[in-house]
Amino acid sequence: MIAIVDYGCGNLFSLKSSLSFLGLDCKITGDADEIRSADKIILPGVGAFGDAVKKLHDSGLFELLQQCAKEGKYIFGICLGMQMLFEKSYEYGEHEGLGFIKGEICPFEGDIDAELKIPHMGWNKLNLKRADDPIFKYIEQGDYMYFVHSFYGKNCDDGVIADAEYGVSVPAVVKNNNVYGAQFHPEKSGEKGLALLKAFAEL
Amino acid sequence: MITHRIIPCLDVRNGRVVKGVNFEGIQDVASPVELARFYNESGADELVFYDITASFEGRGLFTDALKEVASEIFIPLTVGGGINTLDDFERVLGCGADKVSVNSGAIKDPTLIERGAKKYGDQCVVLSMDIKRVDGKFHLFSKGGRVDTGIDAIQWAVDGVNRGAGELVVNSIDTDGVKNGFDIEMLHEIQSRVSVPVIASGGAGKKEDFLELFNAGVADAGLAASIFHFKEVYIKDLKKYLNDNNIEMRV
Repeated sequence: MIAIVDYGCGNLFSLKSSLSFLGLDCKITGDADEIRSADKIILPGVGAFGDAVKKLHDSGLFELLQQCAKEGKYIFGICLGMQMLFEKSYEYGEHEGLGFIKGEICPFEGDIDAELKIPHMGWNKLNLKRADDPIFKYIEQGDYMYFVHSFYGKNCDDGVIADAEYGVSVPAVVKNNNVYGAQFHPEKSGEKGLALLKAFAEL
Repeated sequence: MITHRIIPCLDVRNGRVVKGVNFEGIQDVASPVELARFYNESGADELVFYDITASFEGRGLFTDALKEVASEIFIPLTVGGGINTLDDFERVLGCGADKVSVNSGAIKDPTLIERGAKKYGDQCVVLSMDIKRVDGKFHLFSKGGRVDTGIDAIQWAVDGVNRGAGELVVNSIDTDGVKNGFDIEMLHEIQSRVSVPVIASGGAGKKEDFLELFNAGVADAGLAASIFHFKEVYIKDLKKYLNDNNIEMRV
C-alpha cells in the first residue's frame, strides 16, 4: 500500500485518482500507524512552505517521516512536498525542512530574467542527469512535465537527477538514496507523469 | 523553457458537452469524458470546462461529469461557469479541478478574486473576460458577453492581476465566431500590461491563426472550441505545424 500523507495541505483528488488509475493500492491518510506500515509514502503539498512544515509538526508526522526515511522506506515528495525534503526554505522567512536533500528553497524572483513570468507554470522539458536511475525507467530525455511553482531548489547539485531550464537550472527530480522528489506534478503531466508514478511504485 | 499551450474549451449543459451547431444546423452534443479522452490523446495541454447550466440539478450533473473526467484524464483542468463564492471554488476543486475561472462572479464582487487567491493561491484563480470594442474603447461584458458593464476592460485586467488572478483568459467578442484569427490588437493591449500568462480566445479558424498569435508574442496559450470539436483543426496536426514553425510545443 502507498500512503498519501494527509496533513491538511492541498487537494489530493487527482493524486489519488492517478494512482488508482494505475491500479495501485493507495490510501490518503494522516494516521501514523498506517503511514508507518505502508510500503511507500507520497508526500504531496501545495501552498506555503512555512505553513506546511508547521502542519507536519503539529500532526506529529515530521519526526515520523524522518524515521521512515532513515529506515529505508521509499518516500516521494511532490511539488511543495518535494521542497519540504530540503534542509531549508527562504519562502517568506526562513524555515527548516525535513533535511533529506542537501540545499535550500529560494525564490525565482531576482534569480531569473524579469521577462520570465513567475510562477514557472506550464509544460517544461526534463533534462535527465542520471537517466539510468530506476525512477526514469519509463521516461526519456526531453519528456515534458507540468510545473507550477514560484520557489525552487538551490545549491543541491548532488541530489539533482533531472532538471529543467527556466532562466536557471531548476531541480525537477531530486534523490537521496530512498528519498525522491519531483518539483512538477506527475499527477497532472499526462502519460509521462503517470509513468513516473508507476516507476516509483515499482521501486 | 515553457511551451505555448493549446487548450480546447468544453461548454457543458446538464452534464453534456454542447459542441455548437453542426453542419446540418443541428445542436450537437457529446459526452464530456469521451471528448476529454479524445483531446488528451490528441495532445491537448490543458482542458477548460465551462458550466453553462442554470439549474441546480444541472450543476450536480456538471460536477459528476467533472469527477469522471478527473478520474482518468491527468492534465490540468480549469473550470468556470457559475463561480460566485468560495464554496463554488471548493465544490469544483474537490472534483479534480486545478484552476477556477471567474467571470461574472468577479464583476459582481471583485473581492472574489483576492479571496480565492488568498485561500488557494494565485495560480488557482483564472480571470476570464469577455471584451468588445465600444466607441473605440475596450469594454468588459458580463453574462456570457450579453451585457455591457461599461468597465474599461484593460484596467479591469490590470486590477484583476493586482488582486491576485494568476492567469487571464481574454475572449474577444469582436472576433469570436468569425474564424478569421485572434484579436491580436486587443491581446497586445493586455499582454503588455500584465505579468501573468494570457490565454487568447475567440477567432481561431485555422492553424495559421495560432502561428500568427504566438509569433505576435501576445499570448501564452490559444483556446478554441468548435474548430476542435468539429475536427476542422486537429490538435496533433496543429502542434506539429507550430513546432515545425519554431513555436515550441509539447509533442
